[in-house]
Amino acid sequence: MEKEKILALTAVELGKAIAAGETTSVEATKAYLDQMDAVEGAIHSYVTVEAESALAAAEAADAAIKAGTLTGPLAGVPIAVKDNMCIEGSRTSCSSHILENFVPTFTATAVKRLQDAGAVILGRTNMDEFAMGSTTETSYYGPTSNPWNLEHVPGGSSGGSAAAVAADECAMALGSDTGGSIRQPASFCGVTGIKPTYGRVSRYGLIAYGSSLDQIGPLGKDVTDCATVLEMISAHDEKDSTSADRDDIKFTEALVDDVKGLKIGLPRDYFGEGLDPEVKEAVLAAAETLRLKGAIVEEFDLGLVEYAIPAYYVIACAEASSNLERFDGVKYGFRTPDYADLHSMYKKTRSEGFGPEVKRRIMLGSFVLSSGYFDAYYVKALRVKHMIKDAFDKAFEKYDVILGPCAPTTALKKGQSLSDPLKMYLGDIYTVSVNLAGLPGISLPCGYDANGLPIGLQLLGQTFDEKTIIRAAYSFEQTFVDEKKKPDLTAVEGRA
Amino acid sequence: MSKDYEVVIGLEVHVELNTKTKIFCGCSTEFGGAPNSHVCPVCAGMPGSLPVLNKEVLHKAIAVGLATNCDITRDSKFDRKNYFYPDNPQNYQISQLYFPICRNGKVEIELKDGTKKFVRIHEIHMEEDAGKLVHDAATDETYVDFNRSGVPLIEIVSEPDMRSSEEVIAYLDTLRETIQYLGASDCKLNEGSMRADVNLSIREKGSEEFGTRTETKNLNSFKAIQRCIENEIGRQIDIIEEGGKVMQETRRWDDDKEYSYPMRSKEDAQDYRYFPDPDLVPIHVSEEMINEIKAEEPEFRPAKKIRYQEELGLPEYDADQITSEKHLTELLEGAVALGADAKKVSNWLMTETMRLMKETSTDADKLKFSAENLAKLVKLVESKEINNAVAKEVFEKAVFAENLDPEQYVKDNNMSTKADAGQLEAVVEKAIAANPKAVEDIKAGKSKAIGAIVGFVMKEMKGKCDPGEVNKLINQKLN
Repeated sequence: MEKEKILALTAVELGKAIAAGETTSVEATKAYLDQMDAVEGAIHSYVTVEAESALAAAEAADAAIKAGTLTGPLAGVPIAVKDNMCIEGSRTSCSSHILENFVPTFTATAVKRLQDAGAVILGRTNMDEFAMGSTTETSYYGPTSNPWNLEHVPGGSSGGSAAAVAADECAMALGSDTGGSIRQPASFCGVTGIKPTYGRVSRYGLIAYGSSLDQIGPLGKDVTDCATVLEMISAHDEKDSTSADRDDIKFTEALVDDVKGLKIGLPRDYFGEGLDPEVKEAVLAAAETLRLKGAIVEEFDLGLVEYAIPAYYVIACAEASSNLERFDGVKYGFRTPDYADLHSMYKKTRSEGFGPEVKRRIMLGSFVLSSGYFDAYYVKALRVKHMIKDAFDKAFEKYDVILGPCAPTTALKKGQSLSDPLKMYLGDIYTVSVNLAGLPGISLPCGYDANGLPIGLQLLGQTFDEKTIIRAAYSFEQTFVDEKKKPDLTAVEGRA
Repeated sequence: MSKDYEVVIGLEVHVELNTKTKIFCGCSTEFGGAPNSHVCPVCAGMPGSLPVLNKEVLHKAIAVGLATNCDITRDSKFDRKNYFYPDNPQNYQISQLYFPICRNGKVEIELKDGTKKFVRIHEIHMEEDAGKLVHDAATDETYVDFNRSGVPLIEIVSEPDMRSSEEVIAYLDTLRETIQYLGASDCKLNEGSMRADVNLSIREKGSEEFGTRTETKNLNSFKAIQRCIENEIGRQIDIIEEGGKVMQETRRWDDDKEYSYPMRSKEDAQDYRYFPDPDLVPIHVSEEMINEIKAEEPEFRPAKKIRYQEELGLPEYDADQITSEKHLTELLEGAVALGADAKKVSNWLMTETMRLMKETSTDADKLKFSAENLAKLVKLVESKEINNAVAKEVFEKAVFAENLDPEQYVKDNNMSTKADAGQLEAVVEKAIAANPKAVEDIKAGKSKAIGAIVGFVMKEMKGKCDPGEVNKLINQKLN
């Protein structure tokens, strides 16, 4: 099969083509590696491309498929993994200087499950350093460009994963979402992403940012790909105490084009001041599409939205300040070359090893946990977290799905938010509450702004009810006429 | 000393629980082993690893809590204590601050003069131990060994209820016994499986308010604790008498030099930024679990002491001595169950065993002697197969040897002292004939004179006979 045809397939379609013998895993892997050669110079989705190990894995997959020992939707399908999930023998840097040379001795459970299903890992995607950022500009290894417009950011922190899917540099990718890090880049890059319910996917092997908020999830070309991958990575893991033991994981069963009678709530708070009019228009049009297909659509007041960002940054930074303490130059990773004693080694290693956004969040987190401030900030933020969960619980008594925008704007121009971190934090307004409440959310394309940048629609569900949002998203996807579908990359090809 | 002072002491006792695996991973807790041989991504603090609570640790912590009359916290949590040190792989220690597993306990202690009092327990919490730094003098490099990292600890925090070093020692002894009886730890100060930090302050007698306290660390024997307390009392009183103020600080005891020196003052105290560990879910302890643990509770020392007197007929002194070591009670109960006489077993444990333990500085749990072999030895003496002197010889061999069967040993080494009845009688007659003076004395009422005849017999028999029996035979012949 020729490269263009392979790249045009979704992950599930490619899996079927490989299973049917229309192409092979090696051929598909080469097609993606070719595409990287063509566009990586301009896009920079990857921190590390692992061509050699990918081709070896593809050969092994082809042999096993031929022998009949490897079946399943992802058998032989080339994918990408965000650089914060440990893979044995594969450098895992979190796009940070401090882990520049870090090679894990074990593989994250979610990644292992995809490897066991025969997926071929092409490489490690770029991200904001330690997943802290909404633009992928805080990466030590340089920013990623939005495939739809290279002057714009791909979103973050899973910007590399979203851009890689959008630019056909992989069939699908894994990302992680602490405050919107799957959904927002999916929205900016015109792809689909699911942030599962907290506890749905094992966090074992995910290098933690905010442990009580982090979830691994898929970024893919459509809802079917995401549901399929989510089904494969969802499982109880005895290595993660917070992982749920549930059997309601047949997400592909929810790929049904039917929203008749589905109750959809539109929180007025998500459509007020600060929301870009073009984004608003596209999202409301999506709601109308679902209504026309038989859903009951109502507006309601969710409340507490203005408290979500401060509560999120207090909790996430508090946890991060502790989670990132282990990067100290003692055991692995970067160590400053010159130091006088232990204390100066710690200080210099961490000063030189972390970037400014990471340091900002470590300082913020250390501050809110310090004695005298703990109750005023951290404990109060936890209280807000519970109140937000209660507000969602109340909403879900009335509605099956909550619908809104994923981000207030389309992808920003590079450099705009780095100079004003507060502005960047405010861009997380529609995504962070979902992590605080532990809910599942999906982001999928629903239109384009006047500059041709994608707009994302966000659907939220009740705890462990991914199926309902997958059904709603799938139904919308079946009706939505995507006039562009893919970014035009002919201009960037070969640009190094 | 111009005024009358009172000392106020509270203890923080760390006990290493003897679970097979570590608190948050499956690595072995075994002591020793090559550096970093009992290590995995979790206890080495590798990125992406996550802790999972070992249920056995929870079980043992609750058992200790119940045995010390604590309330068990039904919804308990782990917190992170953040501080940088190379032996602490994550640079935070997983411990419990806000919802410790046990609270509000008390233990009864008994002093030498027989007075009893309660020491209240503020809380018991679970936590992980740190690794160890190893300094190589040759290269001037320091290395980290994470074998101990993640070994489970409980910290037992008392209220400031103790008023003398004697009370402190009695409290520690009671804790040690209780935990040993539970089988939750071997509680050895010298090996670090039990560690005590002493919080001590001085106040004028009758005062309700506490003085400024110091915390002293690095106490690894009961003697060191006693010496340190006496030293600290003197130091604080001297300061107060001279009109000075005791500083709130952490001190380190040097037992060789018998003095303590400040490690850090209150001003240097670190802010540990405690917060709930998001990687571990809250622990719910059900009524059922508590009942289960209660049902498995062993017979503790006070009850055993009474039973040994009432059921086994042991004197109070014996019952007290033997119950001081759980292992000795196991030997006693095991041997008695095999039919050995309780008092005779007790005599072996009280005299020979304790003497040998003291002479060789051996802990009771290191004794190799089994209850079965002890029972055999007692029976060998009872049946007059061997006399006491030979029995002692066998015992000394057996006590540190792996499974030495006294019956077999006596047989193999031809040590039986059971004399041929006819032969013994003939020798006794010979002895009487050879000692007319002694016979005369005995008949005159000087019963001690029999010793000379017995000695003659023992010599003739080359020790292979029972002196008691010889005595009896001589008396029979002379009457």
